[in-house]
Amino acid sequence: AMDTDLSSQDRKDLDKFIKFFALKTVQVIVQARLGEKICTRSSSSPTGSDWFNLAIKDIPEVTHEAKKALAGQLPAVGRSMCVEISLKTSEGDSMELEIWCLEMNEKCDKEIKVSYTVYNRLSLLLKSLLAITRVTPAYRLSRKQGHEYVILYRIYFGEVQLSGLGEGFQTVRVGTVGTPVGTITLSCAYRINLAFMSTRQFERTPPIMGIIIDHFVDRPYPSSSPMHPCNYRAGEDNGAVYPSVEDSQEVCTTSFSTSPPSQCVFTVTKAHFQTPPPVVTDTLKVPVMGLAFSHQLSSSRLSYQPAALGVGSADMGYPLLFAGGLNAAHPHQLIGPGKDGGVPPIPSQPAHGTQADQERLCTPLDGVHYSAATPSSSEDTETVSNSSDGKCGSPHDLLETIFIRKVGAFVNKPINQVTMANLDIPFAMFAPKNVELEDNDPMVNPPDSPETESPLQGSLHSEGSSGSSTGNTHDDFVMIDFKPAFSKDDILPMDLGTFYREFQNPPQLSSLSIDIGAQSMAEDLDSLPEKLAVHEKNVKEFDAFVETLQ
Amino acid sequence: PRRTHHRAPPAATPAMNCRAEVLEVSVEGRQVEEAMLAVLHTVLLHRSTGKFHYKKEGTYSIGTVGTQDVDCDFIDFAYVRVSSEELDRALRKAVGEFKDALRSSGSDGMGQISLEFYQKKKSRWPFSDECIPWELWTIKVNVVNLANEQERQICREKVGEKLCEKIINIVEVMNRHEYLPKMPTQSEVDNVFDTSLKDVQPYLYKISYQITDSLGTSVTTTMRRLIKDTLAL
Repeated sequence: AMDTDLSSQDRKDLDKFIKFFALKTVQVIVQARLGEKICTRSSSSPTGSDWFNLAIKDIPEVTHEAKKALAGQLPAVGRSMCVEISLKTSEGDSMELEIWCLEMNEKCDKEIKVSYTVYNRLSLLLKSLLAITRVTPAYRLSRKQGHEYVILYRIYFGEVQLSGLGEGFQTVRVGTVGTPVGTITLSCAYRINLAFMSTRQFERTPPIMGIIIDHFVDRPYPSSSPMHPCNYRAGEDNGAVYPSVEDSQEVCTTSFSTSPPSQCVFTVTKAHFQTPPPVVTDTLKVPVMGLAFSHQLSSSRLSYQPAALGVGSADMGYPLLFAGGLNAAHPHQLIGPGKDGGVPPIPSQPAHGTQADQERLCTPLDGVHYSAATPSSSEDTETVSNSSDGKCGSPHDLLETIFIRKVGAFVNKPINQVTMANLDIPFAMFAPKNVELEDNDPMVNPPDSPETESPLQGSLHSEGSSGSSTGNTHDDFVMIDFKPAFSKDDILPMDLGTFYREFQNPPQLSSLSIDIGAQSMAEDLDSLPEKLAVHEKNVKEFDAFVETLQ
Repeated sequence: PRRTHHRAPPAATPAMNCRAEVLEVSVEGRQVEEAMLAVLHTVLLHRSTGKFHYKKEGTYSIGTVGTQDVDCDFIDFAYVRVSSEELDRALRKAVGEFKDALRSSGSDGMGQISLEFYQKKKSRWPFSDECIPWELWTIKVNVVNLANEQERQICREKVGEKLCEKIINIVEVMNRHEYLPKMPTQSEVDNVFDTSLKDVQPYLYKISYQITDSLGTSVTTTMRRLIKDTLAL
């Protein structure tokens, strides 16, 4: 019955919007987990191919996978589109990090204008998605990928499966858009018990081993769609050719009217481009890297047009072995300890004893050097600098990479980092590395909290309830609890453990705490003359104030 | 029964519906700029469209908005902003002034910066145009001083986490789909949007700031408490 209220043109438009919204959602999520900074240009003249008036590039393989998962269907009640983001280590262990869900519920908004309001709200929702994908824990993890782990994505359609996220996962709502056929909702459920590792693990001493207790769970749905690396590019070209986007993508020509709604004009036409689509690699740099566990990944790989990258896949007969850094636009990949945001200091000379190893490694890889700018990576640089205005992306410094042979094949670490990777335990790399630094590790011996709460700070700034910074609980685990305000969803039950922890650590009553604002009686009395003088000065203001209290 | 005739109430103007959102952050001095830019850019990302191109018969098309990632140097945090150098420059200028004012105020480092979205309502001569705000974002800043490098490192991470929360808060407000100015006709577009930029079109906005005088604030707060307690309100 609800369909008869919607004109057939509106219905067609709405279906198209939802379809392309789903495809763009997947692009935004996967691109946000590539491990790189994304940059697209604004253009004042509409090109007709920028859905929702946003410049979001289409990675062909990702569109292909999304369309495969959707199989011609649209999100509907009980049929959600999910993008699963997981982490896979070089030892082969994997862990789900996030599930992004695009769902539809039955709540309809019959009055809303499809070609105008729904479209603009979907655009707003995509902007929110761009913002939210940078604030979940997996973002920082994905920016550091390549060395010891990669980030993979998987798209599936149907029922949402959250069991792989471990207990106590958090959810964040990105937004909702009401339509005449239902309400579209976009949200993310993310694992939290890996959170503290993201900031400390790969930079300093991680203190505790064996925290993750539920990551050995076998994938419960073995028949589900294969995993794909967000940024992995194969050494060998598997020859797959994906239909370029313009063959099947429909063009959206948006034209809005400021006249009364009944005269809204919106046309969607199918167009065939003569010119090739904008090359994705303009601004999306694919790190040219490979790790030897390629055989464990699905056969479907991101295969960008190699010519544009400057590194033809024909040049590489086998996976490369290096600890990241050839990708110029990826300064956040760290080999050794270092700070975010900068090029880490790389010793210019390899440690003693590894010289011979380094040379051995380099031999099989004809003509490709790793100690300085390589032919392939210099082409990479040229392509990088072609990107718009030179303003996008990060500094294009090439990092020198050091190859040091270690126990455990394809594990490259500077020699001064003791590694337990040679032990045959899962997630061995998360094990403590430099034990003697434990005393200095604030995770083990938390420093005194530097800030005291002022009573003036409002609820948006409360720290007490998060339980992560008070140091009250002498847990061995220091969880970075992401507790965003307004994000509690009645539909998803809260984990009992989380509730119990919160219940056990209620915030101090402000009236019971001694803080900067409260002063002792003596100080009060001393400061009275000064205060009285100020009050006298402002007596008119106070009079007016008293008036307002009447 | 006698009918009571009431004067028609004044039409609800946007001023009466002006949304006000307040965010608070505690940051180190060198983090002020990046934290403010992160919040302001996130709001403006949601409040900017592509450039409008009006055609005949009152229809218009909309340009494309590009976006880019920004990494913070002093905070473990990254955010997305609209790809517009003009807009970025305008925000950096305002934030730079705010930071300088905070630093030179000599107070305990408290202040607030406000981003207000407004509509212009043209008035007949001799009255000047009105600016009617419809959304106001206020960021309250408390500058802390840290003693050593270890505290600074923790502050980097904590402020990063807090900013993540703020982004989620902002998105939650945006998702409410509350009042937005009506899409204007060509003659009205400058009353709703800032059309001066060449690549994007934010809603008309203005940024202002104030530095809190520590003594003034605490006196007012104390007095209010005193009076309210006395009058048992």
